[in-house]
Amino acid sequence: MEKRIILRGVLAGAVAGLLAFLFARIFAEPQIDKAIAYENGRDAAQAVLDKAAGLPAEAADPDLFSRTVQADVGMGVGLIAFGAAMGAVFAVVYAVCLGRVGRLRPRTLAVLVALGGFLGVFFVPFLKYPANPPAIGHAETIRTRGNLYLLMVVASVVLLVLSVWLGRRLAGRFGNWNATLLAAASYVVAIGVVMALLPSLGDLAVNVQSYGHHPSETPLPLTDPHGRIVYPGFPADVLFSFRLASVAAQALLWGAIGLLFGPLAERLLAGRAGPAAAPVPAPAPVRP
Amino acid sequence: MSSSSVPGAAPTSTTTPVVMPVTKALAWLVGTAIVALAVYYFIGVDQGAYSVFGKDMHVHEFVHDARHFLGFPCH
Repeated sequence: MEKRIILRGVLAGAVAGLLAFLFARIFAEPQIDKAIAYENGRDAAQAVLDKAAGLPAEAADPDLFSRTVQADVGMGVGLIAFGAAMGAVFAVVYAVCLGRVGRLRPRTLAVLVALGGFLGVFFVPFLKYPANPPAIGHAETIRTRGNLYLLMVVASVVLLVLSVWLGRRLAGRFGNWNATLLAAASYVVAIGVVMALLPSLGDLAVNVQSYGHHPSETPLPLTDPHGRIVYPGFPADVLFSFRLASVAAQALLWGAIGLLFGPLAERLLAGRAGPAAAPVPAPAPVRP
Repeated sequence: MSSSSVPGAAPTSTTTPVVMPVTKALAWLVGTAIVALAVYYFIGVDQGAYSVFGKDMHVHEFVHDARHFLGFPCH
């Protein structure tokens, strides 16, 4: 039984990842290309400034894969594998939740678990540390940024699980509607405290030292020694479009996992559950 | 949460699905979660904040676009 549920989760996740890839190929890659063009132009401007100041030129990173491979194969493999992995995690959570979180149709439970995955794994961490296109992010802070992001993901998932548990505990006393509202409010407050305590990326000591106080690592205009702008800051429209596409792709991915898995699980469970526990779509016994 | 029920309520409703005995399925559930987390790590984190293959950047560069797009810190 658990094997069948996991298999369906992985399948739903892989298909969802494929959909997210098609979306990304159309909507994200143009923005990524613009971001890389900005980065290259900025590096060239910086090289001119460095040369004028008599500094040695920085060695460029070697290109291990062409942009075509990164955009077509790497992006595809990455998103499909991510989808399959999240589908597997989804299936594990679904199996544990089955019959333990109230009287829900298998389909409804699938959509709710997918919503939890979207919020816990991606969207809530995104609110604190949003996705960034290439050209944004200082190499010297990658370890700190990686740790902070993972900490944010763990905190949001753990608090989400705790709030669901709290909601179940309160359901008996306050009823489902109010218990759900209370649990949701407790989640918002708890994760809000975590977000307030974790530092903004611009406030990291290394960044303050090298760049001054700024809210993030998004590149500001490049200036020469006289303070004249020689290269603009990162284009705001590219940043917005990239982040919007990032959220949309994750919504698509998790939505597809929930909606594809739901009917599969319903069919699987309909065969298993006894006549007293048959899912809704099965015709109810007709009483005269 | 469309209906009011308490944990352990008798499965009288037509909407109550089977309860899986988690202890029996534990090996599969935990194993699956570990493999999935490993995939998550290689797509999102490896050769960025941490690296299991030392200084090599092939994994990072290959999934580069997906890593940015999925919201992981990169570079």
